[in-house]
Amino acid sequence: MDANHPANVAAQIARPRFSASADWIGLAAIFASAVVGYLLFPNNLALLTRVIGIVMLVLSVDLVTGFCGVATLGHAALFGAGAYAAGIAAAHFGITDPIAMIAAGAAGGAVAGLISGLVVLRGHGLGQLVLSIAIVNLFHEAANKVASWTGGSDGLTDIAPSPLFGVFAFDLWGRTAYVLGIALLVIVFFLLQRLSRSPFGMLCRGIRQDPIRVAAMGASVRKTLLKMYIISGMVAGVGGGLNAISTQVVGLDSLSFTLSAQALVMLVLGGTGSLYGAIIGTVVFMLFEDFVSAANPFHWLTIMGALLVGVVLFAPRGIFGTAAQLFDRRRRR
Amino acid sequence: MSAVFEVERLSKAFGGLAVTQAVSLAMAPGDRVALIGPNGAGKTTFVNLVTGHLKPDSGVVRLAGEQLNGMNPMQRVQRGLVRSFQVTRLFPEMTPREHLALAVLQRQGRTGRLFGTFWSMPEVLEEIEVLLRTLGLEAAADRKVAEIAYGQQRLLEIALALALRPKVLLLDEPAAGVPQSETPRIESALAGLPADLAVLMIEHDMDLVFRFAKRVIVLAAGTIIFDGAPGDVTKDARVREAYLGSYADDRSAA
Ligand SMILES: Nc1ncnc2c1ncn2[C@@H]1O[C@H](COP(=O)(O)OP(=O)(O)OP(=O)(O)O)[C@@H](O)[C@H]1O
Ligand SMILES: [Mg+2]
Repeated sequence: MDANHPANVAAQIARPRFSASADWIGLAAIFASAVVGYLLFPNNLALLTRVIGIVMLVLSVDLVTGFCGVATLGHAALFGAGAYAAGIAAAHFGITDPIAMIAAGAAGGAVAGLISGLVVLRGHGLGQLVLSIAIVNLFHEAANKVASWTGGSDGLTDIAPSPLFGVFAFDLWGRTAYVLGIALLVIVFFLLQRLSRSPFGMLCRGIRQDPIRVAAMGASVRKTLLKMYIISGMVAGVGGGLNAISTQVVGLDSLSFTLSAQALVMLVLGGTGSLYGAIIGTVVFMLFEDFVSAANPFHWLTIMGALLVGVVLFAPRGIFGTAAQLFDRRRRR
Repeated sequence: MSAVFEVERLSKAFGGLAVTQAVSLAMAPGDRVALIGPNGAGKTTFVNLVTGHLKPDSGVVRLAGEQLNGMNPMQRVQRGLVRSFQVTRLFPEMTPREHLALAVLQRQGRTGRLFGTFWSMPEVLEEIEVLLRTLGLEAAADRKVAEIAYGQQRLLEIALALALRPKVLLLDEPAAGVPQSETPRIESALAGLPADLAVLMIEHDMDLVFRFAKRVIVLAAGTIIFDGAPGDVTKDARVREAYLGSYADDRSAA
């Protein structure tokens, strides 16, 4: 055999230690957490489904911020666009099939991602941040103005999704919505794992680390970032669509600066640049919010603030990033 | 042979300081040119002007007959004008192998792919392996760039430029910061370059310059003061003067 034949050279090169097996472990962990969540909180599935929707939003922020290094405080524009697209499809066009509604959400999110990207990527650094805030506020105002389509400040109602696959109705307990949410999360996560290892994913990480080098390799920074914005919009849009199906109402709060800022906080809490960080940050933030605000509605913000200060000061890479770092150090010893 | 790379009366001033003054040069395929000159002579600025990282005040740059003025750096790279950086510009969290994978995939127009990895592309892995071997980077191939020696980062800069298979290659002090023991690596990599590639190398190490170049251009205070055979450069009075620093006095007198 020819040792220099490409296929044989490839076989001689040791692949990275973590690869395919780690991906499957991650997916299994999500699935296991989903089952545990179902067993622990059978009466609170609506909350868990909302968490899944927001996880998609935070994953979407991670794609542009953690992977590409574009700071954003306006990403709810993408999430809300997805929610309204799914809601309007159902309420105004009679598209009540949940899968079709999710597809409408992804499409709405993608369009919002394209628009946001075109505007935000004009700026740099702080300018991007300001433009992203402007975008979410414009989206919010636009949704408020066209009340005949969106229900304005009363919210969009009359969303009645038909049974999933014509069989599983969306029950009062929220079981169907939860299972749909988990299935979507697993699919999205699986696809994003592939994406992050793909040539495109590598190029995006390159842009975060040195855009001038990327251009010096002949790659277009702007086109790449715009493409990532569209993908990010699809992910956020799926989350928005899921939220519309699960709550059967879409409010202006889904297009708010507050939600955008919270999403960024959740990402920082969990750890930027990692898909796991996005999930962990969201789950910790939202469950913490739920428990603490139930126990002490007046002080939950204080406690949340203290938690955040603690994370930023003592674990600047976020919960997942810090844990991964500790784990890595141990292995090397 | 006709020129693959032409620069005509390129000029640039920063504030009042003329850093590049009506610089003209032409290179044919296969040329091996060294661009030398004292610190601050404007060598890096010349490269930045030519590659589109800086905008010239006037002058024309042509690659294979096509005028490049107005194009951004990316478009110039896509047409075959590739540079290395004097101060390395690399991705600190990526490994040399990943860097080279990106460069090879970009050259092939495949960095837009959303699925698959270069680990499952045997021809890409093979090409990376050859580049790593050429520059002696095998041992560092899978360590993050932030963790490898600066000399190895310099070698990776060169490997990246080679991976793009340019028509014209501009190397900005490729040996600066590389330990003496490693410079043979650079030399053998340069010796192995395709015969029709035009190379312009900025370098302070005169041994390297004399072994590499068939032609030497000397830049001082933004002007070309010598363009000729390596054997003649040390005999030239103006060059000697420039290296003694008296060119600065000439300029203030003018
Ligand atoms: N962006 C800039 N703004 C203002 N002045 C600049 C700028 N870039 C370079 N200069 C000045 O232009 C002159 C030439 O700089 P340049 O970096 O091109 O020199 P060089 O020949 O590459 O020197 P070296 O051998 O030290 O690398 C220097 O006086 C430098 O201070
Ligand atoms: Mg220089």
